[in-house]
Amino acid sequence: MSLTVNMEQVGDVMCIRLSGELDHHSSRELRGQVEEHMEQYRPHHIVLNLEELTFMDSSGIGVILGRYKQIRKLGGEMVVCSISAPVKRLFELSGLFKILRLEHRETDALRILGVA
Amino acid sequence: MKNEMKLEFSALSENEAFARVSVGAFAAQLDPDMNELTELKTVVSEAVTNSILHGYDENPAGTIRVLVKIETDSIEITIKDDGGGIDNIEQAKEPLYTTKPEMERSGMGFTIMENFMDEVEIISEPGTGTTVYLKKRLAGARTLCN
Repeated sequence: MSLTVNMEQVGDVMCIRLSGELDHHSSRELRGQVEEHMEQYRPHHIVLNLEELTFMDSSGIGVILGRYKQIRKLGGEMVVCSISAPVKRLFELSGLFKILRLEHRETDALRILGVA
Repeated sequence: MKNEMKLEFSALSENEAFARVSVGAFAAQLDPDMNELTELKTVVSEAVTNSILHGYDENPAGTIRVLVKIETDSIEITIKDDGGGIDNIEQAKEPLYTTKPEMERSGMGFTIMENFMDEVEIISEPGTGTTVYLKKRLAGARTLCN
């Protein structure tokens, strides 16, 4: 039921794949892991793959927005892909799509960022 | 069908998943559709997280109580804490408003509750705690009755 975070560096893009449930409890863990990876690999962009994310609440919005701000500050972009209908609804409610780019598949997201 | 259940647990973030899954399992008796079930789990997660984070400042000594009542076509969920309370309820309900921006809070909790439920009532007194009452009528349950 908890969150599994898979991170991979593809060129200058950090690919974050989430599976499970993203809430207040797991968002802290996610933030820590992503920051550690960013410090080590210094990615320019982020792709967030939410295909296996089965649940998310507003804490998830907070942590995603936090990483978005972080990568924007470094001049990069964040692309979200493979989003499910319930998670998409939360993104819409909070206006995240006004700032985040959405793609169907991870390969599309990576291609847009020039690494696939 | 009338039924009710109560949960009482420590203000630990580990219990956010426990609370929403338990309420979801209990609500399954009403045969909600996937959307409705997700909505119920989300609002429980929002209210319980608020109690842990804002009510008790993550002090695990705090206790959160969840009372769930179901009837033929509706569910009522009450989430209660004895924490710090809310100074200004109207402000707290505003989308994107948060008292903890440094913790990357989105300020969307009450907005989500109001969007996903038919009724949302917040009773709060600074220093004595907060009670959030949520009610939703379930379309799936109605169809089943007819």
